[in-house]
Amino acid sequence: MGENMEREKLRPKTISTDRNSASARSNPEREIKTGHLEPEPNSAPTMAIDLQAVTMIYREKTVVDSLSFGVKAGECFGLLGPNGAGKSTITRMLLGMATPSAGKISVLGLPVPGKARLARAGIGVVSQFDNLDMEFTVRENLLVFGRYFQMSTGAIEELIPSLLEFAQLEAKADVRVSDLSGGMKRRLTLARALVNDPQLLILDEPTTGLDPPARHQIWERLRSLLIRGKTILLTTHMMDEAERMCDRLCVLEGGRMIAEGPPLSLIKDIIGCPVIEVYGGNPDEISLIVRPHVERIEISGETLFCYTVNSDQVRAKLREFPGLRLLERPANLEDVFLRLTGREMEK
Amino acid sequence: MGRFSTEALPSGLLNWVAVWRRNFLAWKKVAPASLLGNLADPMIYIFGLGSGLGVMLGNVGGVSYSAFLAAGMVATSAMTASTFETIYATFARMRDHRTWEAMLYTKLTLGDIVLGEMAWAATKASIAGTAIGIVTATLAYSEWDSLIYVLPVIALTGLAFASLSMVVAALAPSYDYLVFYQSLVITPMLVLSGSVFPVDQLPPMLQRITHLLPLAHSIDLIRPAMLGHPVPDITLHLGALCLYIVLPFFVSIALLRRRLTQ
Ligand SMILES: Nc1ncnc2c1ncn2[C@@H]1O[C@H](COP(=O)(O)OP(=O)(O)OP(=O)(O)O)[C@@H](O)[C@H]1O
Ligand SMILES: [Mg+2]
Repeated sequence: MGENMEREKLRPKTISTDRNSASARSNPEREIKTGHLEPEPNSAPTMAIDLQAVTMIYREKTVVDSLSFGVKAGECFGLLGPNGAGKSTITRMLLGMATPSAGKISVLGLPVPGKARLARAGIGVVSQFDNLDMEFTVRENLLVFGRYFQMSTGAIEELIPSLLEFAQLEAKADVRVSDLSGGMKRRLTLARALVNDPQLLILDEPTTGLDPPARHQIWERLRSLLIRGKTILLTTHMMDEAERMCDRLCVLEGGRMIAEGPPLSLIKDIIGCPVIEVYGGNPDEISLIVRPHVERIEISGETLFCYTVNSDQVRAKLREFPGLRLLERPANLEDVFLRLTGREMEK
Repeated sequence: MGRFSTEALPSGLLNWVAVWRRNFLAWKKVAPASLLGNLADPMIYIFGLGSGLGVMLGNVGGVSYSAFLAAGMVATSAMTASTFETIYATFARMRDHRTWEAMLYTKLTLGDIVLGEMAWAATKASIAGTAIGIVTATLAYSEWDSLIYVLPVIALTGLAFASLSMVVAALAPSYDYLVFYQSLVITPMLVLSGSVFPVDQLPPMLQRITHLLPLAHSIDLIRPAMLGHPVPDITLHLGALCLYIVLPFFVSIALLRRRLTQ
């Protein structure tokens, strides 16, 4: 049980401090990192999660609509979607806490919800809303949670130091959870999810509501878990998080999958060129002028998005309009979502 | 209960203990205040009503009114301790604090959680009931050795009311409904079950209702024992209490499953 933790401690920190660009964590790099790892003890199924035509209907409202996807062992798979897309509903179905109206789910090779309890033995969960025991200390939270997995007090206590180290909460071991900051609570929740040494982590918006440094800390923790060979299912409504963390992702809207693939290939296939964001003019007027020179135009509110390979030409055209503000940048998942749905994903 | 009912039932004989231990750890942090709360109410009854009414009533069925009342209060305190724990504290853990949600991420099932919560409520009932029993024995209203016999009955009483309250908690949309249960079910039960005055003082129609009430069965087991009399119909009363434990337990699991796993 404690072995993985030990391995983690012994290994020099391979993660560079710059983890901001998606390209800094491309897949080949991951393969090199995970290449020298011995396989997880009981990681028999190559698919950690498999959904087949799963539908969830709440009071005649279809919340998840005939959704199919698979998560391979060892990858970080993202569910990216705006509020109400069905992300939390999917995570609840994976845990056997909600029964799909139709379709088949298997998690770690086990049918869910039929064998959900057995599956949960190999899953760690971070839910969207904190559910730590506020009146308990950090240490007590880990102890109490470990017992829910029928672990002995001794076994959990042996594990606690490495969990505290993982959460960077060594100094807070005996502090009540209600006195922790939001970031610390989330790190504790993540450490708590590791108490049963799970193969699969299901993380529902683990960084929502955190400030940038706290988010970076969580991302760095998640990377160390991927290096250890864990599988991660990550839900988020933040494009940058999805782009940065996920090997593959599924873009959801209204319970339906609208795109699936590695973030960079989605961006390349669906957008395929840089973007100029134009602020401070009448988008409709401007679009008439620049349309012949760009691949595509999207308008969202007061912002005009010009997708173009010859940005110099477009910039020259835009000079006809005084007082515009321009931002040229590489395309990202935000553009993919805008393209596929015709609207921006609200934050 | 649907296709996946076994996933909601207890997963093992003792897996609920983890839930009980969680609640025990939380209780230890506030034990003095909690104990005081459990004791204050029945003490006020025993000393207030006991001394006030005792003077007017003299003897009830051959014993002092205070002794009669104290025995009733042992059962009643078990009922209230268990009920309040379930409809307020357990309800909060189920709904507001998301404690159950975290438990459901683990190897615990809904049945384990409900069982652990019920066992915990029964523990609090036992603490309250025993404390009153000790006070009663100290005041020589009852025999010390009767406590040994009474304790399991207190625990069963606690389980029965935890089980019933769990059904209420499973159904209640908000705290208001829990207050209804308290004032429309629990308080009348206290009056009708013979805890403060003998049941034969009631009109015959109400007496028939009394025979259905779990608190009445509990009092019929506890009072004679504490007063040193033989206990009639032990199996009937024990059977009734067990029925009140088992039936609502399964009903509450079915209801909670619907409420929580939609
Ligand atoms: N228990 C429920 N009963 C009825 N409707 C529900 C229930 N749970 C979720 N829904 C509905 O299902 C839809 C999807 O909700 P869900 O929480 O899965 O979305 P989400 O992607 O997690 O959103 P968010 O980013 O806000 O967390 C919403 O429209 C929500 O109102
Ligand atoms: Mg959600």
